[in-house]
Amino acid sequence: MRYLRLLAIQVRASLLLGMQYRMDFLLDGLVEAFWMVTALVPLLVVFRMRNTIAGWSFGEALLVMGWFTFLEGVLEGAINPSLVTVVDHIRKGTLDFVLLKPADAQFLVSTARFQPWRGINVITAALIFAWGFHRIGRWPTLGAVGLAAAMTTAAISVLYSLWILTVSGAFYVVRVDNLTHLFSAIFDAGRWPISVFRGVARIIFTFVIPLALMTTYPAQALLGTLPLATRVATFAGAIVLFGAARAVWTASIARYTSAGG
Amino acid sequence: MSVRTTLRASPTLLRVGFAGALAYRAEMIVWVLATTMPLVMLALWTAVANGGPVGRYGRPQFIAYFLATFVVRQLTGCWVFWEMTFEVRNGTLAMRLLRPIHPLWAYAFESVAVTPMRLVVCIPAALATLLIVGRTGVTHEPLLWFAWLVSIAGAWVLTLLVNFIVGSASFFVESSLKLMDLWLVFYFVLSGYLVPVDLFPASVRHVIDWLPFRFQIGLPVEIMTGAHGGRECLVLLARQWSWVLAALLATAATWRLGLKRFAAYGG
Repeated sequence: MRYLRLLAIQVRASLLLGMQYRMDFLLDGLVEAFWMVTALVPLLVVFRMRNTIAGWSFGEALLVMGWFTFLEGVLEGAINPSLVTVVDHIRKGTLDFVLLKPADAQFLVSTARFQPWRGINVITAALIFAWGFHRIGRWPTLGAVGLAAAMTTAAISVLYSLWILTVSGAFYVVRVDNLTHLFSAIFDAGRWPISVFRGVARIIFTFVIPLALMTTYPAQALLGTLPLATRVATFAGAIVLFGAARAVWTASIARYTSAGG
Repeated sequence: MSVRTTLRASPTLLRVGFAGALAYRAEMIVWVLATTMPLVMLALWTAVANGGPVGRYGRPQFIAYFLATFVVRQLTGCWVFWEMTFEVRNGTLAMRLLRPIHPLWAYAFESVAVTPMRLVVCIPAALATLLIVGRTGVTHEPLLWFAWLVSIAGAWVLTLLVNFIVGSASFFVESSLKLMDLWLVFYFVLSGYLVPVDLFPASVRHVIDWLPFRFQIGLPVEIMTGAHGGRECLVLLARQWSWVLAALLATAATWRLGLKRFAAYGG
Protein backbone atom coordinates (compact mmCIF):
# COMPACT_ATOMS: atom_id res chain seq x y z
CA MET A 1 0.00 0.00 0.00
CA ARG A 2 2.74 2.39 0.95
CA TYR A 3 4.59 1.43 -2.22
CA LEU A 4 1.52 2.10 -4.33
CA ARG A 5 1.33 5.59 -2.88
CA LEU A 6 5.03 6.09 -3.55
CA LEU A 7 4.54 4.92 -7.11
CA ALA A 8 1.72 7.43 -7.60
CA ILE A 9 3.95 10.24 -6.35
CA GLN A 10 6.84 9.24 -8.60
CA VAL A 11 4.57 9.01 -11.64
CA ARG A 12 3.07 12.40 -10.92
CA ALA A 13 6.49 13.99 -10.63
CA SER A 14 7.52 12.59 -14.02
CA LEU A 15 4.25 13.70 -15.57
CA LEU A 16 4.70 17.24 -14.32
CA LEU A 17 8.28 17.25 -15.53
CA GLY A 18 7.16 16.03 -18.93
CA MET A 19 4.31 18.51 -19.20
CA GLN A 20 6.66 21.35 -18.43
CA TYR A 21 8.06 21.07 -21.91
CA ARG A 22 4.81 20.93 -23.83
CA MET A 23 6.34 21.54 -27.23
CA ASP A 24 8.80 18.73 -26.67
CA PHE A 25 5.95 16.58 -25.48
CA LEU A 26 4.07 17.07 -28.74
CA LEU A 27 7.13 16.77 -30.94
CA ASP A 28 8.17 13.57 -29.24
CA GLY A 29 4.75 12.12 -29.79
CA LEU A 30 4.92 13.09 -33.44
CA VAL A 31 8.39 11.67 -33.97
CA GLU A 32 7.32 8.50 -32.20
CA ALA A 33 4.34 8.08 -34.51
CA PHE A 34 6.65 8.64 -37.46
CA TRP A 35 9.03 5.95 -36.27
CA MET A 36 6.20 3.46 -36.50
CA VAL A 37 6.31 4.01 -40.25
CA THR A 38 9.81 2.55 -40.38
CA ALA A 39 8.40 -0.64 -38.90
CA LEU A 40 5.30 -0.82 -41.05
CA VAL A 41 6.76 -0.03 -44.46
CA PRO A 42 8.90 -3.20 -44.74
CA LEU A 43 5.90 -5.22 -43.57
CA LEU A 44 3.69 -3.72 -46.26
CA VAL A 45 6.29 -4.24 -48.97
CA VAL A 46 6.94 -7.83 -47.92
CA PHE A 47 3.29 -8.82 -47.81
CA ARG A 48 2.63 -7.20 -51.16
CA MET A 49 4.69 -10.05 -52.59
CA ARG A 50 3.69 -12.97 -50.41
CA ASN A 51 0.57 -14.04 -48.58
CA THR A 52 2.41 -15.74 -45.76
CA ILE A 53 5.96 -15.46 -44.49
CA ALA A 54 7.44 -18.15 -42.27
CA GLY A 55 3.90 -19.30 -41.53
CA TRP A 56 2.49 -15.88 -40.66
CA SER A 57 -0.16 -14.02 -42.61
CA PHE A 58 -0.26 -10.24 -42.83
CA GLY A 59 -2.88 -9.87 -40.11
CA GLU A 60 -0.99 -12.18 -37.77
CA ALA A 61 2.31 -10.40 -38.38
CA LEU A 62 0.52 -7.16 -37.51
CA LEU A 63 -0.30 -8.63 -34.09
CA VAL A 64 3.40 -9.28 -33.46
CA MET A 65 4.11 -5.72 -34.55
CA GLY A 66 1.41 -4.51 -32.16
CA TRP A 67 3.04 -6.24 -29.21
CA PHE A 68 6.39 -4.92 -30.27
CA THR A 69 5.03 -1.36 -30.32
CA PHE A 70 3.40 -1.79 -26.95
CA LEU A 71 6.50 -3.23 -25.30
CA GLU A 72 8.73 -0.66 -26.91
CA GLY A 73 6.52 1.94 -25.27
CA VAL A 74 6.92 0.20 -21.92
CA LEU A 75 10.66 -0.12 -22.40
CA GLU A 76 11.31 3.44 -23.51
CA GLY A 77 8.64 5.02 -21.36
CA ALA A 78 8.86 3.27 -18.04
CA ILE A 79 11.98 1.12 -17.82
CA ASN A 80 14.68 2.84 -19.82
CA PRO A 81 14.53 6.39 -18.38
CA SER A 82 14.67 5.21 -14.78
CA LEU A 83 17.57 2.93 -15.36
CA VAL A 84 19.55 5.53 -17.27
CA THR A 85 19.09 7.68 -14.19
CA VAL A 86 20.52 4.94 -11.96
CA VAL A 87 23.58 4.55 -14.14
CA ASP A 88 24.12 8.27 -13.79
CA HIS A 89 23.70 8.02 -10.03
CA ILE A 90 26.24 5.23 -9.82
CA ARG A 91 28.79 7.10 -11.91
CA LYS A 92 28.47 10.30 -9.93
CA GLY A 93 28.13 8.65 -6.57
CA THR A 94 24.76 10.30 -5.91
CA LEU A 95 23.17 6.90 -5.48
CA ASP A 96 23.90 7.47 -1.79
CA PHE A 97 20.89 9.77 -1.58
CA VAL A 98 18.63 7.09 -2.99
CA LEU A 99 20.01 4.43 -0.66
CA LEU A 100 19.42 6.68 2.33
CA LYS A 101 15.70 6.93 1.67
CA PRO A 102 13.50 4.71 3.84
CA ALA A 103 12.18 2.54 1.00
CA ASP A 104 13.47 -0.31 -1.12
CA ALA A 105 16.26 1.02 -3.35
CA GLN A 106 15.38 -1.16 -6.31
CA PHE A 107 11.81 0.11 -6.18
CA LEU A 108 12.93 3.72 -5.94
CA VAL A 109 15.37 3.58 -8.82
CA SER A 110 12.98 1.62 -11.02
CA THR A 111 10.23 4.20 -10.67
CA ALA A 112 12.42 7.28 -10.68
CA ARG A 113 11.49 8.49 -14.10
CA PHE A 114 8.73 7.96 -16.65
CA GLN A 115 8.31 9.44 -20.08
CA PRO A 116 4.59 9.96 -20.38
CA TRP A 117 4.47 10.70 -24.12
CA ARG A 118 5.43 7.10 -24.78
CA GLY A 119 1.85 6.39 -23.87
CA ILE A 120 1.23 7.14 -27.52
CA ASN A 121 2.70 3.71 -28.25
CA VAL A 122 -0.23 2.12 -26.45
CA ILE A 123 -2.63 3.92 -28.75
CA THR A 124 -0.62 3.00 -31.84
CA ALA A 125 -0.46 -0.61 -30.66
CA ALA A 126 -4.24 -0.67 -30.18
CA LEU A 127 -4.73 0.62 -33.71
CA ILE A 128 -2.36 -2.00 -35.11
CA PHE A 129 -4.22 -4.75 -33.21
CA ALA A 130 -7.54 -3.53 -34.59
CA TRP A 131 -6.12 -3.51 -38.11
CA GLY A 132 -4.59 -6.95 -37.66
CA PHE A 133 -7.80 -8.54 -36.43
CA HIS A 134 -9.73 -6.80 -39.14
CA ARG A 135 -7.43 -8.47 -41.68
CA ILE A 136 -7.73 -11.86 -40.00
CA GLY A 137 -11.49 -11.46 -40.03
CA ARG A 138 -12.28 -12.65 -36.52
CA TRP A 139 -11.87 -11.24 -33.05
CA PRO A 140 -10.01 -12.99 -30.22
CA THR A 141 -11.94 -14.87 -27.56
CA LEU A 142 -12.07 -13.48 -24.05
CA GLY A 143 -9.88 -16.34 -22.81
CA ALA A 144 -7.27 -15.55 -25.45
CA VAL A 145 -7.18 -11.91 -24.38
CA GLY A 146 -6.77 -12.97 -20.75
CA LEU A 147 -3.92 -15.29 -21.65
CA ALA A 148 -2.28 -12.60 -23.76
CA ALA A 149 -2.51 -10.17 -20.84
CA ALA A 150 -0.84 -12.72 -18.58
CA MET A 151 1.85 -13.31 -21.19
CA THR A 152 2.44 -9.58 -21.36
CA THR A 153 2.94 -9.41 -17.63
CA ALA A 154 5.55 -12.13 -17.99
CA ALA A 155 7.12 -10.29 -20.92
CA ILE A 156 7.36 -7.01 -19.03
CA SER A 157 8.80 -8.83 -16.06
CA VAL A 158 11.46 -10.44 -18.25
CA LEU A 159 12.25 -7.13 -19.90
CA TYR A 160 12.56 -5.48 -16.52
CA SER A 161 14.74 -8.28 -15.14
CA LEU A 162 17.11 -8.07 -18.08
CA TRP A 163 17.42 -4.37 -17.44
CA ILE A 164 18.09 -4.78 -13.76
CA LEU A 165 20.82 -7.23 -14.70
CA THR A 166 22.31 -4.71 -17.13
CA VAL A 167 22.22 -1.97 -14.55
CA SER A 168 23.78 -4.20 -11.92
CA GLY A 169 26.62 -4.39 -14.40
CA ALA A 170 27.06 -0.64 -13.91
CA PHE A 171 28.47 -1.31 -10.45
CA TYR A 172 31.33 -3.18 -12.08
CA VAL A 173 31.81 -1.50 -15.46
CA VAL A 174 30.90 2.13 -15.46
CA ARG A 175 29.87 2.70 -19.05
CA VAL A 176 26.72 0.71 -19.46
CA ASP A 177 24.64 3.41 -21.15
CA ASN A 178 26.13 2.05 -24.32
CA LEU A 179 24.90 -1.39 -23.45
CA THR A 180 21.40 -0.02 -23.05
CA HIS A 181 21.70 1.34 -26.55
CA LEU A 182 22.83 -2.05 -27.78
CA PHE A 183 19.88 -3.67 -26.10
CA SER A 184 17.45 -1.31 -27.81
CA ALA A 185 19.04 -2.20 -31.14
CA ILE A 186 18.66 -5.90 -30.49
CA PHE A 187 15.12 -5.36 -29.31
CA ASP A 188 14.31 -4.15 -32.82
CA ALA A 189 14.46 -7.76 -33.97
CA GLY A 190 11.32 -8.39 -31.92
CA ARG A 191 9.14 -6.76 -34.52
CA TRP A 192 9.12 -9.92 -36.60
CA PRO A 193 7.71 -13.33 -35.68
CA ILE A 194 10.40 -15.60 -34.26
CA SER A 195 9.96 -18.13 -37.05
CA VAL A 196 11.59 -15.63 -39.42
CA PHE A 197 14.90 -16.31 -37.72
CA ARG A 198 16.87 -19.51 -38.08
CA GLY A 199 19.73 -21.28 -36.43
CA VAL A 200 21.71 -19.42 -33.82
CA ALA A 201 19.67 -16.22 -34.03
CA ARG A 202 16.53 -18.15 -33.21
CA ILE A 203 18.07 -19.85 -30.19
CA ILE A 204 19.39 -16.53 -28.89
CA PHE A 205 16.08 -14.74 -29.36
CA THR A 206 14.20 -17.55 -27.66
CA PHE A 207 16.42 -18.33 -24.69
CA VAL A 208 19.14 -15.74 -24.15
CA ILE A 209 17.36 -12.52 -25.06
CA PRO A 210 13.85 -13.91 -25.18
CA LEU A 211 12.29 -11.65 -27.77
CA ALA A 212 10.05 -14.52 -28.82
CA LEU A 213 8.51 -14.51 -25.38
CA MET A 214 7.86 -10.79 -25.60
CA THR A 215 6.23 -10.37 -28.98
CA THR A 216 5.59 -13.67 -30.74
CA TYR A 217 4.08 -15.61 -27.83
CA PRO A 218 1.58 -12.94 -26.79
CA ALA A 219 0.50 -12.69 -30.44
CA GLN A 220 0.08 -16.46 -30.55
CA ALA A 221 -1.87 -16.26 -27.31
CA LEU A 222 -4.26 -13.80 -28.93
CA LEU A 223 -4.65 -16.14 -31.89
CA GLY A 224 -5.18 -19.08 -29.56
CA THR A 225 -2.31 -21.11 -31.05
CA LEU A 226 0.14 -21.02 -28.17
CA PRO A 227 1.06 -24.53 -26.94
CA LEU A 228 0.50 -25.28 -23.26
CA ALA A 229 4.15 -26.24 -22.68
CA THR A 230 5.30 -22.87 -23.98
CA ARG A 231 2.93 -21.08 -21.61
CA VAL A 232 4.23 -22.94 -18.60
CA ALA A 233 7.85 -22.47 -19.65
CA THR A 234 7.30 -18.75 -20.16
CA PHE A 235 5.89 -18.16 -16.69
CA ALA A 236 8.49 -20.35 -15.03
CA GLY A 237 11.26 -18.59 -16.92
CA ALA A 238 9.92 -15.16 -16.04
CA ILE A 239 9.73 -15.98 -12.33
CA VAL A 240 13.21 -17.50 -12.22
CA LEU A 241 14.71 -14.57 -14.11
CA PHE A 242 12.99 -12.07 -11.83
CA GLY A 243 14.38 -13.84 -8.78
CA ALA A 244 17.84 -13.97 -10.30
CA ALA A 245 17.75 -10.28 -11.17
CA ARG A 246 16.73 -9.41 -7.63
CA ALA A 247 19.55 -11.53 -6.21
CA VAL A 248 22.14 -10.00 -8.52
CA TRP A 249 20.92 -6.50 -7.70
CA THR A 250 21.21 -7.14 -3.98
CA ALA A 251 24.70 -8.58 -4.40
CA SER A 252 25.80 -5.65 -6.57
CA ILE A 253 24.47 -2.99 -4.26
CA ALA A 254 26.41 -4.55 -1.43
CA ARG A 255 29.55 -3.83 -3.44
CA TYR A 256 28.66 -0.21 -4.03
CA THR A 257 31.24 2.06 -2.45
CA SER A 258 30.09 5.46 -3.69
CA ALA A 259 32.24 7.77 -5.78
CA GLY A 260 32.64 10.57 -3.31
CA GLY A 261 35.94 11.53 -1.86
CA MET B 1 41.70 30.21 -42.04
CA SER B 2 43.30 29.79 -45.40
CA VAL B 3 43.31 26.57 -47.35
CA ARG B 4 47.00 26.17 -46.61
CA THR B 5 46.68 26.25 -42.85
CA THR B 6 43.82 23.79 -43.05
CA LEU B 7 45.88 21.42 -45.16
CA ARG B 8 48.88 21.80 -42.91
CA ALA B 9 46.80 21.03 -39.87
CA SER B 10 45.05 18.05 -41.44
CA PRO B 11 47.56 15.28 -40.59
CA THR B 12 47.58 16.31 -36.95
CA LEU B 13 43.81 16.56 -36.82
CA LEU B 14 43.49 13.12 -38.36
CA ARG B 15 45.95 11.69 -35.85
CA VAL B 16 44.05 13.26 -32.97
CA GLY B 17 40.77 11.94 -34.29
CA PHE B 18 42.20 8.46 -34.72
CA ALA B 19 43.67 8.50 -31.22
CA GLY B 20 40.24 9.48 -29.93
CA ALA B 21 38.63 6.58 -31.75
CA LEU B 22 41.27 4.25 -30.40
CA ALA B 23 40.78 5.45 -26.83
CA TYR B 24 37.06 4.73 -26.96
CA ARG B 25 37.34 1.49 -28.91
CA ALA B 26 35.03 -0.47 -26.62
CA GLU B 27 32.36 2.13 -27.09
CA MET B 28 32.94 2.00 -30.80
CA ILE B 29 32.49 -1.76 -30.91
CA VAL B 30 29.20 -1.43 -29.08
CA TRP B 31 28.07 1.12 -31.64
CA VAL B 32 29.04 -1.21 -34.44
CA LEU B 33 27.21 -4.11 -32.86
CA ALA B 34 24.20 -1.88 -32.47
CA THR B 35 23.93 -1.68 -36.26
CA THR B 36 21.78 -4.77 -36.19
CA MET B 37 19.05 -3.53 -38.48
CA PRO B 38 20.56 -4.79 -41.75
CA LEU B 39 20.99 -8.22 -40.19
CA VAL B 40 17.43 -8.30 -38.90
CA MET B 41 16.19 -7.26 -42.33
CA LEU B 42 18.43 -9.92 -43.83
CA ALA B 43 16.66 -12.56 -41.75
CA LEU B 44 13.27 -11.28 -42.80
CA TRP B 45 14.07 -11.05 -46.50
CA THR B 46 15.75 -14.44 -46.71
CA ALA B 47 12.64 -15.90 -45.07
CA VAL B 48 10.67 -14.25 -47.85
CA ALA B 49 13.06 -15.54 -50.50
CA ASN B 50 12.59 -19.10 -49.27
CA GLY B 51 9.33 -19.16 -51.18
CA GLY B 52 11.13 -18.33 -54.43
CA PRO B 53 13.03 -15.24 -55.63
CA VAL B 54 11.58 -11.76 -55.22
CA GLY B 55 12.24 -9.55 -58.23
CA ARG B 56 15.92 -10.00 -58.98
CA TYR B 57 16.63 -11.13 -55.43
CA GLY B 58 17.07 -14.73 -54.40
CA ARG B 59 18.56 -15.81 -51.09
CA PRO B 60 22.23 -15.12 -52.07
CA GLN B 61 21.33 -11.73 -53.56
CA PHE B 62 19.61 -10.69 -50.33
CA ILE B 63 22.60 -11.80 -48.30
CA ALA B 64 24.93 -9.81 -50.55
CA TYR B 65 22.62 -6.80 -50.46
CA PHE B 66 22.24 -6.55 -46.70
CA LEU B 67 25.84 -7.33 -45.85
CA ALA B 68 26.77 -4.58 -48.32
CA THR B 69 24.27 -2.33 -46.55
CA PHE B 70 26.01 -3.06 -43.28
CA VAL B 71 29.39 -2.18 -44.77
CA VAL B 72 28.16 1.02 -46.40
CA ARG B 73 26.38 2.12 -43.25
CA GLN B 74 29.56 1.61 -41.25
CA LEU B 75 31.63 3.54 -43.75
CA THR B 76 29.25 6.47 -44.09
CA GLY B 77 27.88 6.65 -40.55
CA CYS B 78 28.33 10.04 -38.98
CA TRP B 79 26.97 11.53 -35.79
CA VAL B 80 28.66 14.91 -35.83
CA PHE B 81 25.34 16.72 -35.40
CA TRP B 82 25.21 15.38 -31.88
CA GLU B 83 28.52 16.93 -30.90
CA MET B 84 27.75 20.15 -32.74
CA THR B 85 24.41 20.58 -31.03
CA PHE B 86 26.01 19.88 -27.70
CA GLU B 87 28.78 22.39 -28.26
CA VAL B 88 26.39 25.08 -29.47
CA ARG B 89 24.20 24.56 -26.41
CA ASN B 90 26.87 24.73 -23.77
CA GLY B 91 28.99 27.29 -25.56
CA THR B 92 32.13 25.23 -26.02
CA LEU B 93 31.86 25.97 -29.73
CA ALA B 94 33.52 29.27 -28.81
CA MET B 95 36.76 27.34 -28.25
CA ARG B 96 36.60 25.94 -31.74
CA LEU B 97 35.91 29.33 -33.24
CA LEU B 98 39.12 30.66 -31.72
CA ARG B 99 41.28 28.08 -33.46
CA PRO B 100 42.85 29.03 -36.78
CA ILE B 101 40.86 26.39 -38.64
CA HIS B 102 37.24 26.41 -39.67
CA PRO B 103 35.17 24.39 -37.15
CA LEU B 104 33.36 22.51 -39.89
CA TRP B 105 36.68 21.33 -41.29
CA ALA B 106 37.73 20.21 -37.85
CA TYR B 107 34.50 18.23 -37.44
CA ALA B 108 34.98 16.72 -40.89
CA PHE B 109 38.52 15.59 -40.09
CA GLU B 110 37.41 14.14 -36.80
CA SER B 111 34.82 12.02 -38.51
CA VAL B 112 37.13 10.82 -41.33
CA ALA B 113 39.68 9.78 -38.75
CA VAL B 114 37.31 7.11 -37.43
CA THR B 115 37.28 5.31 -40.79
CA PRO B 116 40.29 3.01 -40.17
CA MET B 117 38.61 1.67 -37.03
CA ARG B 118 35.44 1.09 -38.96
CA LEU B 119 37.29 -0.65 -41.74
CA VAL B 120 38.44 -3.20 -39.19
CA VAL B 121 34.80 -4.14 -38.77
CA CYS B 122 33.82 -3.81 -42.41
CA ILE B 123 36.47 -6.02 -43.91
CA PRO B 124 35.28 -9.19 -42.12
CA ALA B 125 31.71 -8.40 -43.16
CA ALA B 126 32.82 -7.89 -46.75
CA LEU B 127 34.83 -11.12 -46.69
CA ALA B 128 31.85 -12.94 -45.23
CA THR B 129 29.80 -11.73 -48.17
CA LEU B 130 32.33 -13.16 -50.57
CA LEU B 131 32.56 -16.43 -48.69
CA ILE B 132 28.83 -16.98 -48.38
CA VAL B 133 27.59 -15.91 -51.76
CA GLY B 134 30.76 -16.31 -53.78
CA ARG B 135 31.91 -13.93 -56.44
CA THR B 136 28.50 -13.75 -58.04
CA GLY B 137 27.11 -11.58 -55.26
CA VAL B 138 29.23 -8.55 -56.07
CA THR B 139 30.13 -6.81 -59.28
CA HIS B 140 33.23 -7.87 -61.26
CA GLU B 141 33.61 -4.76 -63.34
CA PRO B 142 36.72 -2.80 -62.20
CA LEU B 143 35.16 0.42 -63.53
CA LEU B 144 32.09 -0.19 -61.41
CA TRP B 145 34.30 -0.58 -58.36
CA PHE B 146 35.73 2.81 -59.17
CA ALA B 147 32.19 4.14 -59.45
CA TRP B 148 31.53 2.52 -56.09
CA LEU B 149 34.37 4.50 -54.52
CA VAL B 150 32.92 7.70 -55.97
CA SER B 151 29.48 6.81 -54.67
CA ILE B 152 30.81 5.97 -51.20
CA ALA B 153 32.60 9.31 -51.11
CA GLY B 154 29.40 11.02 -52.24
CA ALA B 155 27.32 9.19 -49.64
CA TRP B 156 29.79 10.07 -46.93
CA VAL B 157 29.95 13.76 -47.84
CA LEU B 158 26.17 13.97 -48.16
CA THR B 159 25.66 12.40 -44.74
CA LEU B 160 28.25 14.70 -43.22
CA LEU B 161 26.59 17.76 -44.75
CA VAL B 162 23.18 16.70 -43.49
CA ASN B 163 24.79 16.44 -40.08
CA PHE B 164 26.19 19.95 -40.48
CA ILE B 165 22.82 21.36 -41.51
CA VAL B 166 21.05 19.79 -38.56
CA GLY B 167 23.89 20.86 -36.28
CA SER B 168 23.66 24.43 -37.59
CA ALA B 169 19.90 24.31 -37.10
CA SER B 170 20.62 24.15 -33.39
CA PHE B 171 21.57 27.83 -33.62
CA PHE B 172 17.93 28.55 -34.45
CA VAL B 173 15.74 25.93 -32.82
CA GLU B 174 16.04 24.13 -29.53
CA SER B 175 14.74 20.81 -30.74
CA SER B 176 17.17 20.25 -33.59
CA LEU B 177 17.80 16.71 -32.36
CA LYS B 178 14.21 15.87 -33.22
CA LEU B 179 14.85 17.23 -36.66
CA MET B 180 17.49 14.56 -37.09
CA ASP B 181 15.02 11.96 -35.84
CA LEU B 182 12.61 12.95 -38.57
CA TRP B 183 15.35 12.84 -41.18
CA LEU B 184 16.38 9.40 -39.97
CA VAL B 185 12.86 8.05 -40.39
CA PHE B 186 12.87 8.98 -44.07
CA TYR B 187 16.44 7.85 -44.38
CA PHE B 188 15.66 4.40 -43.00
CA VAL B 189 12.55 3.88 -45.07
CA LEU B 190 13.47 5.42 -48.40
CA SER B 191 17.22 4.83 -48.67
CA GLY B 192 17.21 1.12 -49.35
CA TYR B 193 18.35 0.45 -45.81
CA LEU B 194 15.33 -1.66 -44.86
CA VAL B 195 13.89 -2.48 -48.25
CA PRO B 196 15.90 -2.55 -51.50
CA VAL B 197 14.70 0.39 -53.54
CA ASP B 198 13.70 -1.68 -56.56
CA LEU B 199 11.23 -3.71 -54.48
CA PHE B 200 9.05 -0.67 -53.89
CA PRO B 201 6.07 -0.17 -56.20
CA ALA B 202 6.95 1.89 -59.29
CA SER B 203 5.09 4.98 -58.11
CA VAL B 204 7.04 5.13 -54.84
CA ARG B 205 10.27 4.50 -56.70
CA HIS B 206 9.77 7.58 -58.87
CA VAL B 207 9.53 9.67 -55.73
CA ILE B 208 12.61 8.04 -54.21
CA ASP B 209 14.59 8.80 -57.38
CA TRP B 210 14.26 12.50 -56.70
CA LEU B 211 14.95 12.43 -52.97
CA PRO B 212 18.42 12.51 -51.40
CA PHE B 213 18.00 9.51 -49.09
CA ARG B 214 18.83 6.78 -51.56
CA PHE B 215 22.15 8.46 -52.33
CA GLN B 216 23.18 8.15 -48.72
CA ILE B 217 23.15 4.38 -48.68
CA GLY B 218 21.21 2.71 -51.47
CA LEU B 219 23.35 3.79 -54.39
CA PRO B 220 26.71 2.42 -53.16
CA VAL B 221 25.03 -0.82 -52.15
CA GLU B 222 23.38 -1.17 -55.54
CA ILE B 223 26.61 -0.48 -57.40
CA MET B 224 28.48 -2.92 -55.21
CA THR B 225 25.97 -5.70 -55.83
CA GLY B 226 25.96 -5.00 -59.55
CA ALA B 227 22.42 -3.66 -59.91
CA HIS B 228 23.34 -1.00 -62.44
CA GLY B 229 25.14 -0.91 -65.76
CA GLY B 230 27.73 1.76 -66.58
CA ARG B 231 25.41 4.35 -68.10
CA GLU B 232 22.81 4.09 -65.35
CA CYS B 233 25.59 4.44 -62.82
CA LEU B 234 26.76 7.71 -64.32
CA VAL B 235 23.24 9.18 -64.26
CA LEU B 236 22.75 8.19 -60.64
CA LEU B 237 26.19 9.43 -59.61
CA ALA B 238 25.45 12.76 -61.29
CA ARG B 239 22.25 13.02 -59.26
CA GLN B 240 24.06 12.08 -56.08
CA TRP B 241 26.68 14.77 -56.55
CA SER B 242 23.99 17.33 -57.42
CA TRP B 243 22.53 16.62 -54.02
CA VAL B 244 25.97 16.97 -52.49
CA LEU B 245 26.30 20.38 -54.13
CA ALA B 246 22.86 21.45 -52.95
CA ALA B 247 23.65 20.29 -49.42
CA LEU B 248 26.95 22.17 -49.54
CA LEU B 249 25.16 25.43 -50.36
CA ALA B 250 22.57 24.78 -47.67
CA THR B 251 25.31 24.06 -45.14
CA ALA B 252 27.17 27.27 -45.97
CA ALA B 253 23.96 29.29 -45.64
CA THR B 254 22.72 27.79 -42.36
CA TRP B 255 26.15 27.90 -40.76
CA ARG B 256 26.76 31.57 -41.66
CA LEU B 257 23.30 32.72 -40.61
CA GLY B 258 23.38 30.59 -37.51
CA LEU B 259 26.78 31.72 -36.34
CA LYS B 260 25.54 35.30 -36.17
CA ARG B 261 23.04 34.21 -33.55
CA PHE B 262 25.57 32.28 -31.54
CA ALA B 263 26.17 33.54 -28.05
CA ALA B 264 28.51 31.76 -25.68
CA TYR B 265 28.38 32.42 -22.00
CA GLY B 266 31.68 33.34 -20.43
CA GLY B 267 32.83 31.63 -17.30
